[in-house]
Amino acid sequence: MNIPVWDAVAIFAVTAIMTWITRALPFMVFGNKKELPRFINYLGKVLPGAIMATLVIYCLRSIDLTEFPFGLAELISVAVVVVVHLWRKNIFWSIAGGTLCYMILIRTIFPL
Amino acid sequence: MNVKVLGVSKISKTAVFAFKKTIPIIFGYLFLGIGFGIMLQEAGYNALWALFGSLFIYAGSMQYFMVPLLVTGASLLTVAIMTLLINSRHIFYGLGFIDRYRRMGWKYPYMVMSLTDETYVLLSTCKYPEGVDPDKAAFYISLFNHCWWISGSVLGVLIGTLIPFDLTGIDFCMTALFVILLINHIKQVKAFTPVIIGLISAILFLLIMGPDNFIMPSLCFTVLLLALLKGRIETVKEVSAS
Repeated sequence: MNIPVWDAVAIFAVTAIMTWITRALPFMVFGNKKELPRFINYLGKVLPGAIMATLVIYCLRSIDLTEFPFGLAELISVAVVVVVHLWRKNIFWSIAGGTLCYMILIRTIFPL
Repeated sequence: MNVKVLGVSKISKTAVFAFKKTIPIIFGYLFLGIGFGIMLQEAGYNALWALFGSLFIYAGSMQYFMVPLLVTGASLLTVAIMTLLINSRHIFYGLGFIDRYRRMGWKYPYMVMSLTDETYVLLSTCKYPEGVDPDKAAFYISLFNHCWWISGSVLGVLIGTLIPFDLTGIDFCMTALFVILLINHIKQVKAFTPVIIGLISAILFLLIMGPDNFIMPSLCFTVLLLALLKGRIETVKEVSAS
C-alpha cells in the first residue's frame, strides 16, 4: 500500500457507488412508474438477444485478425462450443469442451 | 407440519435449481476473482480489502482497472469517470427486470446491485420449472454468483501466488457460456433480428473504435436500430409464434 488507508477506502467507495448508479439507473428512472412505457417493455424483451451477441464480441475483442495467430485459438474454440452444444445439448460438455480446446491451443499451436 | 415440510422442500428445490444454474459461473468467477486478488495482494492489500471490494463493487473488469488507480493514487474524479465509462453498459441491463424486481421487497436493492454481465445473461434466459419459485431462484442465482466472485478474490490474495498449475485461458468458459446461452436464446424466442443487430453493431464499432471503447456506442446504436425497427420486430415475433 503506497497511499493512505482512507484514500484507498475512498477509491473503493467511489468505484462501488458509481457501479451501483449504472446498475440502478433504469430502476431509478422507471421503478416508481405505475405502468412502464410500452417502449421500455419492448426494449426489455428484445435487448437480451442483442446484448448477448454484443457480449460474445466483447469477450473476443482482443483478437487481432491481421497477424498470426489471427484469433484462431478463440474462433476454433467458439466453433467447438457451438458444435458440441448442438450435438450434445448439454451446457457442461460444451463449456468444458470449448475451454479445454482453448487452453490446449494457446499452449501448443497458437502460443499467446 | 406438512405445510412446513412442503415449504422447506420447495425452498431447497429452488436453491438446488439455482445452484445448478450457477455452476458454469463457478470456474470463471473463481479464476477472474483470483486474478483480482493476486493484483491486490501485489499492490500491498490484504484479504479484507478483497472481501469488501468484491462484496460492494462486484464488477469484474472495473475491479481490474481499479488496482492501477489505487497504486497511483488517482483522483476520485478520475475513478468516478473511469467507473462510469467502463460500467456504462449496465444501464441497459435493468430494463427487462423493472416490473419483476420492484415487487421483490427487501431483495429489490440487492437484485439491482448484483446485476453483472453473467447474472444478467443467466436470468434473461432462465426458464423456471414447476415447483421452483422464480423470484427466489433469481435471488439465489444472484447470491451464489456473488459468493463465487468474493471467494475467488479472497482466495487470490491468500493463496493466488501458490497455485501450482497454470490456469491461463480458463476464463474462456465465460465466452463459451455466452455463446451457449445465445444459441439457446435464439432457439427459444426464434427472433433473429435483435441478435443480428447486436452482432453487426458490435463488430462495426469494434472496428471503428477499437477494443477498449466500443461497447457503449455499440449498445446505443443497437437501441436506436431496435427503436427504428419496433413495428417490424414485433410482427416477426407474432408470425413465428403462430
